Amino acid sequence: MPVLEHRRGGSAVLFVLVVVAHIVLISAQVTSKSGMPVLQSVAFGMVAELQRGGAGAVGGVSSLWNGYVDLRGARDENQRLRQQLADTQIRLQQERALAQRSGELTRLLDLRNRVGLVTTAAEVIAASATPDFRTVTIGKGTTSGLRPDMAVLSPEGVVGRVIVPSARAAKVQLLIDRNAAVGALVERTRAQGVAMGRGEETLQLEYVLGTSDVKVGDVVVTSGIDGIYPKGFVIGRIDYVDRAGGALKQIRIQPAVNFTSLEDVLVVLTPQTSDPAAPAPGAPDTAR
Amino acid sequence: MKTLVVVVALALALVLQTRLAPFLVLGTSPLDLVLIVVVYVAITSGPTTGLLAGAAAGLAQDALSSGILGIGGLAKTVVGYLVGLASTQFIVAGPLPRFLTFLASTVIHAGIFMGLYELLNLRDFGFPWGGVLGQGVANALVGIVVLQAIELLPGAAERRQQRSGGGGMRTSRRLD
Repeated sequence: MPVLEHRRGGSAVLFVLVVVAHIVLISAQVTSKSGMPVLQSVAFGMVAELQRGGAGAVGGVSSLWNGYVDLRGARDENQRLRQQLADTQIRLQQERALAQRSGELTRLLDLRNRVGLVTTAAEVIAASATPDFRTVTIGKGTTSGLRPDMAVLSPEGVVGRVIVPSARAAKVQLLIDRNAAVGALVERTRAQGVAMGRGEETLQLEYVLGTSDVKVGDVVVTSGIDGIYPKGFVIGRIDYVDRAGGALKQIRIQPAVNFTSLEDVLVVLTPQTSDPAAPAPGAPDTAR
Repeated sequence: MKTLVVVVALALALVLQTRLAPFLVLGTSPLDLVLIVVVYVAITSGPTTGLLAGAAAGLAQDALSSGILGIGGLAKTVVGYLVGLASTQFIVAGPLPRFLTFLASTVIHAGIFMGLYELLNLRDFGFPWGGVLGQGVANALVGIVVLQAIELLPGAAERRQQRSGGGGMRTSRRLD
């Protein structure tokens, strides 16, 4: 046996070999928690770690390549995509505008079917040139049958009347113009008066008797006595009543139509005939 | 001849360990006769013989027990190699060095043996270090007595003197 004690290096190598042999022997008998032999599990774990390291290295190189080296075309692509985005946004706005316009035209068509009048639709193509006159220009004129004093309506209510038609366009005086007036009555109590423009965003309901039953919130509609506007169309809603007045009440109307966002209107081609019913006391010529 | 002696000693230790286990208790600590023989062989013969003796004895012990084949072998291999290596570097002829050698061998053996079982989740020993130290002391006492007895046998002193060249205090003759 002492002959085995030859070299310390040899004993160390032998020791390592014997230890490894023992480990292999133990591993061959023991199963891991997953049921796999420990030797297989350890070997797989080592190989898997190598694979993980390899995958990490490959991933790092790939990431480096994709993130830095391969970005040569990114600037051009970025600009191209930005342009595409801008085009898409513009197209989206166009589509949205078309959808909105389609909705407005649909409502206008509903109105035309509902009123039972001969009408023509027209697009508002321009607003007033001066702020002193509350007018708009529509895209139809005499060639479409428009004549002066034809009523102009919108789905929300009365807009105004045609005052200056040309061949393919017409100027429309809005109800809120300082020189506009329309025969009106309070829908709830049938109290009559004249709604007059003030050059502002509201109307004034004149010539309503002090004894009339009028209150804030009442709806005011056209009376039809002016021979321009068909009867029963909404003018607006009363938002102020002066009770301290004398024989006549001071009444303010909030128009139903938003005159700042008009886009499409209906022009009533059939001129109205004056209602033979007596006008309100003291009412002036409403078609001024 | 020496190899045969080692093999016989290990076999005898195994037989005694397996047959007389209930009686091999010193105080409250069971003895490990096989480990004592391995340590003895490593002290007297060096690391290579020690690790081979440890491996053989441990594997035999594992084969005779219900444990995993190789764990006891690995533990005794390490002990045999370390003790053999230590005996080439330090003087382990006196009772105290031998006591410490046996004690350390028992602790190392228990650490590897129980540690592997715990590591592999095969058995929970709960690290009974008090019991291990008790076993180490018992092994050391028995080992010292056995070593002294062997060295008192006729011709043993002369053989030892021949192996050591007459002037050294090492217990075995090694060329490394």
